[in-house]
Amino acid sequence: MREHLSAASAKLAARMGRTCALALLAGIACQSAPAASPSTGAGAFPLVIHQSGGAGVRLDHQPRRIVSLSPTATEMLFAIGAGKQVVAVDDQSTYPANAPVTKLNGFQPNVEAVAGYTPDLVVAAEDNGGLVAGLTALNVPALLEPAAKNLDDSYAQIRELGAATGHAAEAGSVVAKMRTDVAAVVGSVSKPARRISVYHELDDTYYSATSKTFVGQVYTLLGIQNIADRATGAAPDYPQLSSEFVVSSNPDLIVLADSKCCSQNLQTVAARPGWGAIAAVRGGQVVGVDDDIASHWGPRIVDFMRQIAPHVSQLERQAA
Amino acid sequence: MTAVRDALRRPASTAPLPGLPRLPVLWAGAGVAIVAVALTTGVLVGPVHVSLATVGEALLSPPFLRSQTGPEAGQVAILWSIRFPRVALGALVGALLATAGAAYQGVFRNPLADPYLLGAGAGAVLGATLAIVLSRGSPLVGSSLIPVAAFAGAAVAVGAAYILGRSLGDRRNPTTLVLAGVVIAAFLTAVQTYVQQSQTDSLRQVYSWILGRLVTAGWDTTATTLPYAVVGIGVVFAHRRLLDALAVGEEEVTSLGVSPRRVRLVVVAAATLCTGAAVAAAGAIGFVGIIVPHTVRLLLGTSYRVVLPMSTLLGAAFLVLADTAARTIAAPAEVPIAVITAMVGAPFFLVVMRSSRVSEL
Repeated sequence: MREHLSAASAKLAARMGRTCALALLAGIACQSAPAASPSTGAGAFPLVIHQSGGAGVRLDHQPRRIVSLSPTATEMLFAIGAGKQVVAVDDQSTYPANAPVTKLNGFQPNVEAVAGYTPDLVVAAEDNGGLVAGLTALNVPALLEPAAKNLDDSYAQIRELGAATGHAAEAGSVVAKMRTDVAAVVGSVSKPARRISVYHELDDTYYSATSKTFVGQVYTLLGIQNIADRATGAAPDYPQLSSEFVVSSNPDLIVLADSKCCSQNLQTVAARPGWGAIAAVRGGQVVGVDDDIASHWGPRIVDFMRQIAPHVSQLERQAA
Repeated sequence: MTAVRDALRRPASTAPLPGLPRLPVLWAGAGVAIVAVALTTGVLVGPVHVSLATVGEALLSPPFLRSQTGPEAGQVAILWSIRFPRVALGALVGALLATAGAAYQGVFRNPLADPYLLGAGAGAVLGATLAIVLSRGSPLVGSSLIPVAAFAGAAVAVGAAYILGRSLGDRRNPTTLVLAGVVIAAFLTAVQTYVQQSQTDSLRQVYSWILGRLVTAGWDTTATTLPYAVVGIGVVFAHRRLLDALAVGEEEVTSLGVSPRRVRLVVVAAATLCTGAAVAAAGAIGFVGIIVPHTVRLLLGTSYRVVLPMSTLLGAAFLVLADTAARTIAAPAEVPIAVITAMVGAPFFLVVMRSSRVSEL
């Protein structure tokens, strides 16, 4: 194993050296030079990106061989126009369709397999299996973009990826458009006459998401009460709720983020013991959403909000 | 099945083996009382507060007899459609696992034997994992397929262990079968881990299944599990005398005119039926099959005429109480029941092992 790694490391170092030499020929600084203020294009490099809880990530030149091990990062990279620089994405990156999906795994990343793509930037959501240490040893810069807690986290990650890939200006406009779109959706939902409650379902064993999660925060923005918040004491983020608690909470809206994984829909929910009495089931306010969109923290969160908002408006009209 | 018939045909007046008592009425009564207390606790306590009066009223007026209209109608519906079936299924699964554990321990004369010894647990988990992974995105199957796949997995695993054990030689030595079970379990676990890790998007679903599925229980699950419980537990009970004889020695069984190998085959098959039904209904819940029979042995002696029925009763009570804890201590969030049984089970097992009587088990 060690031999394999060192061989890969040597090959990579050789290639990095060549790239650096090319950069020198092209008149671009290869070492030193202070971190430039973020701007678009190759001229911004070299730069150092400071991530909380880690050493600065140094990027000597604009990355041309990016490997993304995070489905959300993949969406963000393509949204900001860095898609052409992406050479490989993990097996869970399902969007956009033209992303170069590989068998790479973000939960149990294999540093050797990642290094096989000779990346000059690796983006991941979690530092699993010694990923960052392994890549650092190979002189491959690695950025961590962990699960966002709120929209501001998401915006910051898009901007950071923009700076790291030489697309700072595009990243800025993506964030600006997201802000406008989110505001428009929130504005389309009028102030509720009474509190509307939601049950957000992650799987058919009643795992849910509280307001402390990214998707939960969206409900807060739309002015809806989340029944899972009652369970934050035991499991702050993603509690498994008791069936009888969901039924007695009688949510007005049920959002099924398990429509793909577990084939759940209004019929299957209505067939669960006791669930037929829930207001959302009786009123047909059971919404199936794309599991992936609802679990990522990228630009498509706007699509998710647009899907939920009409139901909220409808419920508010009924309540008024 | 001949052994069953032989055992049943044996006249009831046959004198018990010396020093091996029948189940005393007092203990049986205490066991039933403990189950009653557990069931009462289970139906009274839950994440939704329901008053004692409403629970009483609900028990007296099941929805199929008369429909509720009063202010408590919603609570009565919750009790009947969610809480009561969950308590009933918990009792059934606990009884199945404890009976299966006691039976395996008797057949293999091994205190460490548990319901998953011959690979039933590993097989069931692999079956469920495959069902979850392969049915992903398909509208047809979903969760209804998982119990069937789990049951099939358990049966295939134990069948494979049995065939492998026999092919390994010494048919009179149960250790060969146990080792075959260990081999099968290790292999199936490896396959399961591989499938699970290569399908990370199904990971949470697989885990939530392994950690216990009483959360989604309804009367339908309880009803489908009941026949397996009646047959499985019934067959094991019918062999209680023969298991006592087996504890003395194989010659003892032979002297009763029964083949020890046949006793082993039938009891293992029945215990596997119990395990498969339990796992299919509720996921792989550990430790019940070990700690309950051992508690009974420590308190009441080692005769299977006592150990088996008392394990069945206390297993039911234990799992109902564990499940009550699982849905109350973090309410309205659930704590996986496997966590509760193992947290109680592990320290308990230490006590059992430290006890000098472990050598007699």
